[in-house]
Amino acid sequence: MLGPLTRPWWAARVGPSAAFLVATLRVVSIVALTFVGLLLVTFLIGRVVPVDPVLAAVGDRAPAEVYERVRVELGLHLPLHEQFRIYLTKVLHGDFGRSVLTANPVLADIRRVFPATLELATLGTLVGVFLGIPAGVVAATRQGRWIDHVVRVIGLLGYSVPVFWLGLMGLLLFYAHLGWAAGPGRLDVAFEDLVTPVTGVILLDSALQGEWSVFRNAFAHIVLPAAVLGSFSLAYISRMTRSFMLEQLGQEYVTTARVKGLSEQAVIWRHAMGNVLVPLITVVALSYANLLEGSVLTETVFAWPGLGMYITNSLLSADMNAVLGGTVVVGTVFIGLNLLSDLLYRAADPRAR
Amino acid sequence: MRKLLARTVGLALALGAAAATAQTPKDTVVMAKQIDDIISLDPAEAFEFSGSEAVANLYDRLIGHDVKDVSKLYGELAESWRVAEDGKTYTFKIRPNVKFHSGNPVTAEDAAWSLQRVVILNKSPGYIISQFGFTKDNVAQRIRAVDPSTLVIETEKALAPTFLYYCLCAVVGSIVDAKLVKEHVKGDDLGNEWLKTNSAGSGAFKLRAWKANESYSLDANPSWFRGAPKSKRVVVRHVVEPATQRLLLEKGDVDYARNMSKDQLVVLANNRDLAIDRGNKGTLYYVGLNQKNPSLAKPEVREALKWLVDYDAIEKNIVAGRYVQHQAFLPRGFLGALEEKPYRFDVAKAKALLAKAGLPDGFSLTMDVENASPFIDVAQAIQANWARAGVKLTLVPGDGKQVLTKYRARNHDTVIYRWGPDYQDPHTNAEPFAMNEDNGENAKSKTLAWRNAWADPDMTRRAAAAVLERDAKKREAAYRDLQRDHQRVSPFVIMFQEIEVAARRKNVDGFIIGPNFGTNFYYAIAKN
Repeated sequence: MLGPLTRPWWAARVGPSAAFLVATLRVVSIVALTFVGLLLVTFLIGRVVPVDPVLAAVGDRAPAEVYERVRVELGLHLPLHEQFRIYLTKVLHGDFGRSVLTANPVLADIRRVFPATLELATLGTLVGVFLGIPAGVVAATRQGRWIDHVVRVIGLLGYSVPVFWLGLMGLLLFYAHLGWAAGPGRLDVAFEDLVTPVTGVILLDSALQGEWSVFRNAFAHIVLPAAVLGSFSLAYISRMTRSFMLEQLGQEYVTTARVKGLSEQAVIWRHAMGNVLVPLITVVALSYANLLEGSVLTETVFAWPGLGMYITNSLLSADMNAVLGGTVVVGTVFIGLNLLSDLLYRAADPRAR
Repeated sequence: MRKLLARTVGLALALGAAAATAQTPKDTVVMAKQIDDIISLDPAEAFEFSGSEAVANLYDRLIGHDVKDVSKLYGELAESWRVAEDGKTYTFKIRPNVKFHSGNPVTAEDAAWSLQRVVILNKSPGYIISQFGFTKDNVAQRIRAVDPSTLVIETEKALAPTFLYYCLCAVVGSIVDAKLVKEHVKGDDLGNEWLKTNSAGSGAFKLRAWKANESYSLDANPSWFRGAPKSKRVVVRHVVEPATQRLLLEKGDVDYARNMSKDQLVVLANNRDLAIDRGNKGTLYYVGLNQKNPSLAKPEVREALKWLVDYDAIEKNIVAGRYVQHQAFLPRGFLGALEEKPYRFDVAKAKALLAKAGLPDGFSLTMDVENASPFIDVAQAIQANWARAGVKLTLVPGDGKQVLTKYRARNHDTVIYRWGPDYQDPHTNAEPFAMNEDNGENAKSKTLAWRNAWADPDMTRRAAAAVLERDAKKREAAYRDLQRDHQRVSPFVIMFQEIEVAARRKNVDGFIIGPNFGTNFYYAIAKN
């Protein structure tokens, strides 16, 4: 975690409002430093990769003078530190440059691909939370019994089965054979362009605009990839919930509650769960962040035009503006979720205040 | 909690089941295809496979060639054309009463401006037009409209007329709606920025939308001068994974799957609802032997390695249905194509040649190979073949762009790669495979011969002479002779020519697969 949200030693001396200001400044400076570091590392990696970015822009057949002109246009003839300085200056002015591959400003591209990933990852995390937490609790309370083993096996599968395999098998079974879910892509062709993109999250846009047929189609399309993606977070969350819960169930206050004659349900859900939730916040936030940036295989199998595929494509073509832009988004999400989980942590756990 | 859980799961299943399998709409054709190579839909810039195909369906050119027999040229926006006695002045009569999608009439001014902007913008495919001696400064004079229906093109040298005609058949020769594009000019970009994602043509379709790495969709132009296309809309969706494409096709969610592997084709062939269309493509697969490696610089070694590839087995076991054997630099479908295949797998012969070169025990090499099917599989087969004569090959797999970067820098020993022709004239392959005027590191023209550090003055001279030959028959013969010698001495082990395959639902038909990506046409696709 970032740390600055815990109360520092000097807070008592300078008074509450100044302390708040200083703390905020500290957060801001740490976040800014993290970003510059992130950009620098990504930038350097992009220049070290043995791929010629000019080729991505002009293709293999371009004559020598076109190649040279584009190399100069991209600023690749300048020394490395100069290239980075120019890039940083532009970014500070809100200009992330243009993607070579898509010919669009990087920000416009990200605005298009990020909602697709957000939609998928959010649903995937919901699957993980709403199935994983109960599964973990059940496994903990029936430790060693068959249900515990079932949960463990499911967890093992979620962890170890390659996502693309799970995805293809899911498609084969639920789409090709049973016909329960719709196929790859975000929508059937017949439903495309019926909803004006506002947020870019189709489920949300279609619901807001009352286009329920589009909503149903979008839902049918997202169920399978979200379930596949969610299986990973389900595995993680259920394992963590189980061990947190086991730890709590061994505590004295649980014994006390039981001695008081409370029902087992009340002991678990009202007493133990409150303490399990605190560390779970971090677990869920981290797994959410993972899904947001790590879903490239799922996106590939399900033809889902999301951020993971965008960054990977760009990286393979050394389209560095796009890679850097994508990295900033992922970085923002990570830092944002970290801050958020810190805040929630404080809300849930009085000791952290 | 439990109730909530049960309800959520129930709802999910109900929604999923309700919206399962929708067929594609009746008047819309849907294709699944890898289209992430598109970087622009401006005809002056599009040069990638998918981009060329899209542009070909949005715009008309002055002339076209028959997709089955390239020697037959026909007029698209040009009604007639002729070349003057000097061999340098070409006159095109523009077809009357043809309109762009905007309603503007197609005139010789549009044609002149379209070709001028290709030269001035000078993007990747620009040289196809500018190689006739056009520059930023002279193009307005040399490509001009003398009246609204007459276009004059003056080339610098008297060249084979077919050379110019085939170059005008390329996608880069598309005619844009000058009046409309000029409304969207920003600075000196000649409308490039706008045309990247919009269309301004007269073709069978107009662009509805292109979403990079996602899809492009085209709406039919009912008043196309060659008759309205048979389907109202064509949607091409980017689906990376061939296995996913196959599922979509089998379920009927797409009408065409465009990137089928050999194994999938075998399975699909047994499906009664599906059919497979095939067409020869000009793309060649070859192994390049870098002459900077002293062993490879020996003529006997180059020849030995050509005898050391089991062409038959690779064709049968690895690339069946997707590639056919071809050993000369002009593939089937070109003027002067050479079908002779002098090389077959002959270890004894190869060993004798290696012994003659002073390498009786073989030697070691590396081969750069793109880490994708079928390159990697073919490379492994070659590795086994070469080992039979003691040539120890280490494969260096890499991402496509990575291999290309290394190849262009001439840092390879050998590389397995592909070459696709840029336009339908034989010079498009004769130049890269045979010509190398300057083998220095900073050469102006870095042809494939240059990339393999191979400079043969005789080959260079003959390839340059062939493009000047104005008699079509003599020109054809010159290319045949050139290829026969090239097969013997060059550092290229040319192995296969690509076949493009499109798997389709049986109720859809009419997709035209031409010899290049600029001749893949949608207008005849119809659904029953």
